[in-house]
Amino acid sequence: MQNTAISLTNVNKWFDNFHVLKDINLTVNTGEKVVICGPSGSGKSTVVRCINKLEEHQSGLISLYGKELKNTQESINSIQGNVGMVFQQFNLFPHLNVLENLILGPMKTRGKTKDQAIKIAMHFLERVHIPDQAKKMPAQLSGGQQQRVAIARSLCMEPKVMLFDEPTSSLDPEMISEVLDVIIELANDGMTMIVVTHEMGFARKVADKILFMDQGKIVEQNTTEEFFKSPKTDRCKTFLNQILKH
Amino acid sequence: MKKIYLLCLAFIFLSGCSSNVWGWYVINPATPSGWINIKFLVSGIGNTILISIVAAFISINLGLLVALPGQSSRKGWRIINRVYVEFIRSIPLLPMLFWVFYGLPIIFKSMGLNIPIDPFWGAVITLAISDSAFTAEIYRSGIQSIAKGQKEAAHSIGLTYAQTMRYVILPQAIRRILPPLANQFIYIVKMSAFASVIGMQELTRRANEIVVTEYRPLEIYSLLILEYLVLVLIISAGVRWLERRMGSNENQ
Repeated sequence: MQNTAISLTNVNKWFDNFHVLKDINLTVNTGEKVVICGPSGSGKSTVVRCINKLEEHQSGLISLYGKELKNTQESINSIQGNVGMVFQQFNLFPHLNVLENLILGPMKTRGKTKDQAIKIAMHFLERVHIPDQAKKMPAQLSGGQQQRVAIARSLCMEPKVMLFDEPTSSLDPEMISEVLDVIIELANDGMTMIVVTHEMGFARKVADKILFMDQGKIVEQNTTEEFFKSPKTDRCKTFLNQILKH
Repeated sequence: MKKIYLLCLAFIFLSGCSSNVWGWYVINPATPSGWINIKFLVSGIGNTILISIVAAFISINLGLLVALPGQSSRKGWRIINRVYVEFIRSIPLLPMLFWVFYGLPIIFKSMGLNIPIDPFWGAVITLAISDSAFTAEIYRSGIQSIAKGQKEAAHSIGLTYAQTMRYVILPQAIRRILPPLANQFIYIVKMSAFASVIGMQELTRRANEIVVTEYRPLEIYSLLILEYLVLVLIISAGVRWLERRMGSNENQ
């Protein structure tokens, strides 16, 4: 039986007078991989950030494994660490080396000892294929390596869900695939994930479901195959034509 | 720097030799009375340093305590921060010193508390509070200079607000705020001269006392200025050393 990991029901959000999210409805089942695409400013990142409570939503219901997420501190605490987040800008802590970046969360919020935390950290560094960089500072790594460290940092919290907010958008073209490979491996292991991305090849390979957003609305929501083969809306067709032209 | 320093010294001493304006005998180490005077004057440095260090220590902590509510998303906290900073920043040091030294004990007494304020603590409290408004502003700019993504990343790995500050934001901010904080320390060292008016036996007070007995203000205050100059130069050198050390750490 499949159970619901994340569900959003009629979620609305405003930045002052600007209506960024308009009646967002979305269900993500455990183990499901969802890709969100769409033009800039369409609200893709905001959806993901609301799920991780980096942004507050003003109306509607967001729930995680059946538990409603409110904008209260208690609710925020309950999700922290259970929802992993990977950012476009990596956001590694520049004053800590790779290993220290990874063990901070498990030690401070999971109550692990340093030895336990290091063991977990090395395990996930191996999974992202850079165990040899453990002692380096983030600034000494390439963008792709930094992003893989960021992924490992999230995984160290052993989250139930991973959110990726344009994980490859600020990478050199050459580094994109090494990061996507790691995400694909993670997907194959059955991780529940929502990925905001423009990498349509990746989407086709990984996603169970693709969402197309424009101007704060989910314009189209479809299985991956249907999405590429027969997009229903004109807006989506134009977007796909633009993006797949080259 | 060294050249200018030597030039100044040469100027002062040479002008002492060549005219009757200067009377260096009053602090001439070769004569017994001159030596006694010098020892008396220079020994005030211990208290100057002690006042400055204790005041700076309190100010650095108090400043952080004042700066944090200023970062809050709640308006009430931010107002507390603004009121404190604007209010304290606008009080001149000398009136505040008088208020703390002469006024505060009366308030304590009316509350039934018997807390005497001696010149040392009077000076330290005043300097610390007065300086904390500036330190708070330095922290604010330092914390604000750290990218928002750092806070979000800390949030996403489950760190609480206090942990985020302690392990993520402040260690990064401290490198940026060290130079302005050091400036504030120099400011405290200089402003500690005001402690002389409430009877604290530090550099300035001692100079005043010798001036009264010897009536040689030019030489004694020249020496006093020199004492502060040397003190501040040493601190500056120390800060530069610290900056280099911390800077090289980050780029490793």
